[in-house]
Amino acid sequence: MAQDENWLEACAADDIDEEDVIRFDYEDRSFAIYRSEDSEYFATDGHCTHEKVHLANGFVMGKIIECPKHNGRFDYTTGAVKKAPACVDLKTYPVKVEAGKVYIRIG
Amino acid sequence: MSTSQTKRDYSLTGPENRRAQERGLAAAEWYETPIPRKRLKELMKRKDGPAIRDTIVWLVLLTGAGIAAYRSWGTWWAVPAFFVYGLLYASPGDSRWHECGHGTAFKTSWMNEVVYQFSSFLVLRPATPWRWSHARHHTDTYVVGRDPEIHQPRPPVWRIIIMQFAHLYGGPRDIKRMFMHAFGVIDKEEKEFIPETEYRKTFWESRAYVVIFAIVIAACLYTSSILPAMFIVLPSFYGACLMVVFGMIQHLGLHEDVLDHRLNTRTVYMNPVFRFLYWNMNYHIEHHMFPMVPYHALAALHEEMKGDCPKPNRSTWEAFSEVIRALLKQRKDRDYTIRRELPPTAQPYQYGPSEVSRVRGGTETTTA
Repeated sequence: MAQDENWLEACAADDIDEEDVIRFDYEDRSFAIYRSEDSEYFATDGHCTHEKVHLANGFVMGKIIECPKHNGRFDYTTGAVKKAPACVDLKTYPVKVEAGKVYIRIG
Repeated sequence: MSTSQTKRDYSLTGPENRRAQERGLAAAEWYETPIPRKRLKELMKRKDGPAIRDTIVWLVLLTGAGIAAYRSWGTWWAVPAFFVYGLLYASPGDSRWHECGHGTAFKTSWMNEVVYQFSSFLVLRPATPWRWSHARHHTDTYVVGRDPEIHQPRPPVWRIIIMQFAHLYGGPRDIKRMFMHAFGVIDKEEKEFIPETEYRKTFWESRAYVVIFAIVIAACLYTSSILPAMFIVLPSFYGACLMVVFGMIQHLGLHEDVLDHRLNTRTVYMNPVFRFLYWNMNYHIEHHMFPMVPYHALAALHEEMKGDCPKPNRSTWEAFSEVIRALLKQRKDRDYTIRRELPPTAQPYQYGPSEVSRVRGGTETTTA
């Protein structure tokens, strides 16, 4: 895993389909990495803020990620809650894509 | 699995809640049948078309039955006519409440919300509390002390089961809560699963229900007839029987305190009429394991999963009679549980939170 000033190599850009999400674990933390319809990349905390359900199993609709268990929804580009039962915003992280690799900065 | 004959406390405010948390059963990771991500995404895809079609068909049938019931009022034909009207009011009311509560029936959010609020009133369930209650049911399905929607304790309370066929246990309880909410009171049990931020919405929804109740009562007084209430409110009681059968066959007789829906949930093959009324919730293992798959894709999800699941019951009657036999056995042996063999292609059952609890074949019942 390449590390540079807290930028972590999370995956290859092609590992994520358009309008989809994958899981990325680092040490004891877990993240969700998104690729939008326009092939922009985003990252948030991995678990829903409602209950400990991983969002990487959820459904991406446009800019929205839906929790696979309870239908809580977030705007994954900002982390903002869009639908109960989630009530607390998701934490987001900066993302960059270089040489076909997706990096996130968690520091 | 407990072997004690001591009666357990099924309330959410008793010692079982803490016990479930200590055992790692609360908000735990549940078993999921492996399904390729691409296929699961196809199945989760939302559509408006099927739910719009089914809602129109439902409302046309309900209106037709209502007209027949109105015209037959004062004759013996009113008995079957109102029975049909009641079934079409309560059973789809329940299933539409359920599916729209999950937010998956329609692609368009406001359509889910409109049908959710409408059908919540039909089945007399305060909309917001039940949304949160059902979220907990999915988090902690049949975990004692955590799940507010366990249909029956062990041993079962037959008085309640019989009353429920006319909604005479849950109905008055929800009406009482509705009036409490209208006066700004949330009971202790509900505080377990409804966040404070939702209280205000809860109060205003219940006030709307109270206004509708008042209008129906005023209409009855004005016309000196029970007829208005026969169309609004009372069908939730006299039309409840099929809804209760559907509810009873979902989980009863199966395991409590496990982390695998194949152990505590029942999939039942049903005829097309029942599947329409129940909006495919007969595929209940599938629904619990992947609750974001819409009702119209559950039959396809079943095809993906069936090699990993025990055999479904072959009919509603077979499932219902299996439940009644299990409940009768639980009168004397509260630990009696229906055990289902898995096909050879299936992953082992996940009884509890640790690897030790995974047992192949479903013939052993160790728990973590």
